[in-house]
Amino acid sequence: MSLPLLDVEGLTVDYPLPRGRTRRAVDDVSLSIATRQTVGLVGESGSGKSSIARAIVGLAPRTAGTITLHGGASAPPARRIQMIFQDPYSSLDPTKTVGYSVSEPLRVHRSPELTRAVIRQRTADMLESVGIPASAASRHPSRFSGGQRQRIAIARALILKPDLVICDEALSALDLSVQAQIINLLTRFRDRDGVSYLFISHDLSVVEMLCDEVVVLYRGRVAETGPARRLREAPLHPYTRGLVAAIPRVDPGARAKARERRELLRTPVVPAPALDDSCAYRHRCVFAAERCAAERPALRAASEGARVACHRAEDVAAQLDGGAGAPAAIPTGGR
Amino acid sequence: MSVINAPLVGGASASAQAAEAAASRGIIRTILRSPRGVCAVAFLLLVIIACALAAVIAPSGPIVQDLSAVNRGPSSHHLLGTDALGRDLLSRLLYGGRSSLVGVAEAVLALLVISVPLGVVAGYTGGAVDRVITRTADLVMSIPVIIILLAVLAMFGRSMSTAMVALGVLGAAGVTRVVRSAALAVREEAFIAAAEVMGQARRDIIFRHILPQCRGVIVVQTSLFAAIALGVQTGLTYLSLGPAPPAPTWGGMVGDAVTAFYTSPWQIVPPGAAIALTVVAFGVLGDVVRDAIADTHSAGASGRPPHRARRPAPAAAPAEALVHVEGMSVAFGSGADETTVVQGVTFTVGAGEAVGIVGESGSGKTVTVKALAGLLPRTAAVTAGSISFAGTELSAGGRRAYRRVRGHGIAIVTQEPMRALDPTFRVGKLLADLVRAVDRCSRGSARTRALELLGRVQILDPEDVAQRYPHQISGGMAQRVAIAMALAGRPKLLIADEPTTALDVTVQAEILDLLRGLQRETGMALVLVSHDLGVVAEICSRVCVMYAGEIVEVAHTEELFAQPFHPYTRALLNASPGGRSDTTALEVLPGGVPSPRGWPIGCHFADRCAFAVETCMAAPVPLRPVFDADRQARCVRAEELAAPVEAAT
Repeated sequence: MSLPLLDVEGLTVDYPLPRGRTRRAVDDVSLSIATRQTVGLVGESGSGKSSIARAIVGLAPRTAGTITLHGGASAPPARRIQMIFQDPYSSLDPTKTVGYSVSEPLRVHRSPELTRAVIRQRTADMLESVGIPASAASRHPSRFSGGQRQRIAIARALILKPDLVICDEALSALDLSVQAQIINLLTRFRDRDGVSYLFISHDLSVVEMLCDEVVVLYRGRVAETGPARRLREAPLHPYTRGLVAAIPRVDPGARAKARERRELLRTPVVPAPALDDSCAYRHRCVFAAERCAAERPALRAASEGARVACHRAEDVAAQLDGGAGAPAAIPTGGR
Repeated sequence: MSVINAPLVGGASASAQAAEAAASRGIIRTILRSPRGVCAVAFLLLVIIACALAAVIAPSGPIVQDLSAVNRGPSSHHLLGTDALGRDLLSRLLYGGRSSLVGVAEAVLALLVISVPLGVVAGYTGGAVDRVITRTADLVMSIPVIIILLAVLAMFGRSMSTAMVALGVLGAAGVTRVVRSAALAVREEAFIAAAEVMGQARRDIIFRHILPQCRGVIVVQTSLFAAIALGVQTGLTYLSLGPAPPAPTWGGMVGDAVTAFYTSPWQIVPPGAAIALTVVAFGVLGDVVRDAIADTHSAGASGRPPHRARRPAPAAAPAEALVHVEGMSVAFGSGADETTVVQGVTFTVGAGEAVGIVGESGSGKTVTVKALAGLLPRTAAVTAGSISFAGTELSAGGRRAYRRVRGHGIAIVTQEPMRALDPTFRVGKLLADLVRAVDRCSRGSARTRALELLGRVQILDPEDVAQRYPHQISGGMAQRVAIAMALAGRPKLLIADEPTTALDVTVQAEILDLLRGLQRETGMALVLVSHDLGVVAEICSRVCVMYAGEIVEVAHTEELFAQPFHPYTRALLNASPGGRSDTTALEVLPGGVPSPRGWPIGCHFADRCAFAVETCMAAPVPLRPVFDADRQARCVRAEELAAPVEAAT
C-alpha cells in the first residue's frame, strides 16, 4: 500500500446534551485509508460510525484528535472528500433537476475554464458513467427509483474527482438486486479513477464484499480491525464473533454452526453501564473477567495483521476455536 | 452496459410519485391545476385590476353626489345603486378597494420582510440565534394586537399605512415560528448535508435549498395573513379610524350602510360581498397550496375512494390448511386510477407451519399479508380471490369476520416496534389491558399473565420492564414487547412483517431465535415477511418468493436454496452477500422492479431475465408444479433451466 491518504488519529467526538452534559459518541478512534483502498466501518446503531464520517467532513464537532489528508493540513479541503448518504429519497433536493444537483459541486468550486457548456458536458458524461441516460439531467428526482437516485447521488459525489468518498450506509435502503449494481459501480470507479472509500455499514456481509480493511466499532471505541476476509472467517473480539454469528445464512450447515455459536455467546440482556476506563463490552461478554472491569483494553496486534481490543482474546480463542490463532474450527453439532 | 437500459420510472409507488411531482412542480402550476385555485386567483386579479383602474372604469368620482338619486337600488344609471348622499356605490367600491388592497399589501410586505429571513435563519442556524429569535417571537405574540394598532393610529394621526405595517410586524412573530419549523425540517434532509460537504456557502444553501423547500409554507401563511389583514383594515375603517370621510373605504361603506340599513338595506350588499369574497379568495388560495404540500407528505392522501365492497370468489378451502389464500388480487385507488399491486396470489399455511414470503420492495409482499390480516389501508381493497382462515371465509365477511379472528386468531408484528406501543402507558399496563380485552379476566390475573408473557419473550426482569415507558426501552426490547402483545390472545397465526429490519444484526439474530422457539413451543403458524433470504431461512420451512405482485416460486426452504427453479430466485440468491461463501463479483440483475402500472402481459420478470424467450412475453405465465407437487414456479422454462444444474450436482 502507498502513503496513507487519510489519517485519523485519536478522534473523539462529544455531543452536547442539555444542562452542560455531553455524550461521547466517538472515543479515541484511529484509522487510516490508503489510496485505492476501501475501509469498512462496522458497528451497531449508536456505535459512532456516522459520527466518525461526519467529523471527517466537518459536520460533527471534534473534541480531540487530528484528521489529516495527504499528510497535509488538519482541515481537509471539501472537494477532496465527498459523501454518499443512506436515504436516496432525501439526499437529492426534490425542487431541483437532476442535472442541477449533479453539477452543483462544479458550480460551488467555480473556476474560469468551467463554462456553461463544459459543466453541461461533464454532467452528461458523469450521468452516463453511472448508468443514467444524459437526457435525465432535465428531470426531477421524483421520476427515478431509489437505485437510480443513488446512482445520481454517486454521480454528484464523483464529479469533482475526489480522492475519498464516504459511503454512509449507502446500500442499506436499496433492494438486494440493486445493491449488487451499486457495489459493482463503486468497484469500477475505484479501479478506474483510484477513488478510496470509507464504507460505513451495519451489515458485515456487505462490508466484506467491498472492503480491504474493516474497523469494528462498539460504543464509540474500536473493538477490532483487520483484513476484511480474515475478520469474517476468524473474528477475535467476542463482539465481532457475535456479529459474525448473527449474519443470517442460507446454507443449512453454516446456519447450524452460527446458531450454536450464538448459544455459546449469549448473555442475559442487561442495560449498558456508563462508559469509563473499563471494557465497553463487558456487560454483554460471556468471557468478562475482573480485569475487564478494572482496565480499558488497548488495541493490540494479533494474528494476520489484525488488531484487537480485548484482554482475553487468546483465552477466548482457546475456548471457542480450540487453540489460539487456530480459527474456523467451529465444532459441528448435530442439529 | 446493461444497466443503462433501466426504465426511468422504477419501483416507487405511483401515488408517491404523483405527490412528489407536485412538490417539484411550481407552486403557481399547483394552484392553476385546481379549479378552486383558478377561481380564487381570477377573482383576486379581477379585484386588483378593477381597483387599480378605478379612475378609468368607475362611472363617476368617489365623492360625486347625485342628489336626485339618493338611497337607490341598482339601476342602469348606478349599477350598484347609491348611498344616502347620492354617491355611486360602484365607484366608491372601486376607489375604496384601493386603500384596502394597498393596506393589505403593506401588511403582507412587512410580514414577509421580517418573518422569512428570521424564520429561515433561526431554523437553519439553530443554537443561540434560534433561541433569541423564537423567544422574541413568543414575546411579540403575547402582545394584544388591537391595542397596539389603536395606539399607533392615535400617535401617527390616523395613518393607515403605519397601522398596517405595525400589523405586519406583529403578525410576523407567528409566521416566523412556522417558517422556522419548516426550515428546521429541511435542515435534517441529507441533501443539505451533501451541500455542506461539497463546501457550499451557508448563504447559498439558504437561497438554493432551504428557501425553495419552505416556499409552500410561506405562501400559505401569507395568503391567510392577507385575509386577516383585510379584515382588520376594514374593521379599522368601519370604526372611522382610517382615512377621514368622505374618502371612500370598504369599512366606511359598511358603516354608512349600517346607519341607512332600515331605509335602504341593499347598501350593505356591495361592500359586504366585496369584503367577504376577497377574504374567502385569500383563504381558498392558502388552502389549495396547503393541500398540495400535505399531499407531498402523505402520499396517496388525495382522491381517497370510499371503502369498496369486496368482490370475492369463494372457493372450497382444503380442510387441513389454516390459511388458504386463493387467486387474491389487491388494488389501490379506484376507477381509472385503479392500480393492481398484488395479482392472483395463491398460498396455504398449515397449522403450526412457518412460511416465509420473500421479495424486494414493490413485490407486494407486505400488501399480501396486510390483506390477509384485514389491515389494508382505506385506499386499497381485495378485488378478486378469497382468503380463508381456519375454515372461515374472511374476504366475504368484511370487517365483522375479521373482528372475530383478531387477537385469538391472527396477530401481527410489524417492522417498527416503537410505533406499536402507545408512548403514554407503561409497558406492563399496555400488556395487561390487552390481556383483559382478550381474556376478559380480572385486573390481578391480567397483570400476572402480562408478566408471564414478558418472561415468555425472554425478558430477564419482567417486573422492571413492565414499569418502564416504551421510550425507556431499546428497539430490540420493544420488538420483544410487541411480540408479547401479539401472543396475548394465543393466536393460531402470527404474521411478522419485516420484524427485524429496523434492528441491529446481533439483535436481529436474537429476535429470530426467539420467534423460532415460540413457534415450536406454542404450535402457532407463522408467516414471516422479509427481503432477506437469510432471515427467512433461519425460521421458515417453506418459502414463497414474490416478484412484481406475483408469487414466482414456492418450495421447501432447503430445496429452494439448494436449487432455485425460477431465474429471479436464482438471481436473488446470487446477489445476496450473506448467501454466498466466496467473494467474487456479485451477479448483477439489470434494471429494477417494474412499477405496478408497467407490468407486462407475460412474465413480469422477462425484461430482466437472461433466459427469456418469446413464449415468456406472449401470455401470462401460470404458477405450476415443477417436478414435484410441492414445488411450484412461475416460469415456462423451469424444467429446462433446472436440468443442467441437476446434471452438475
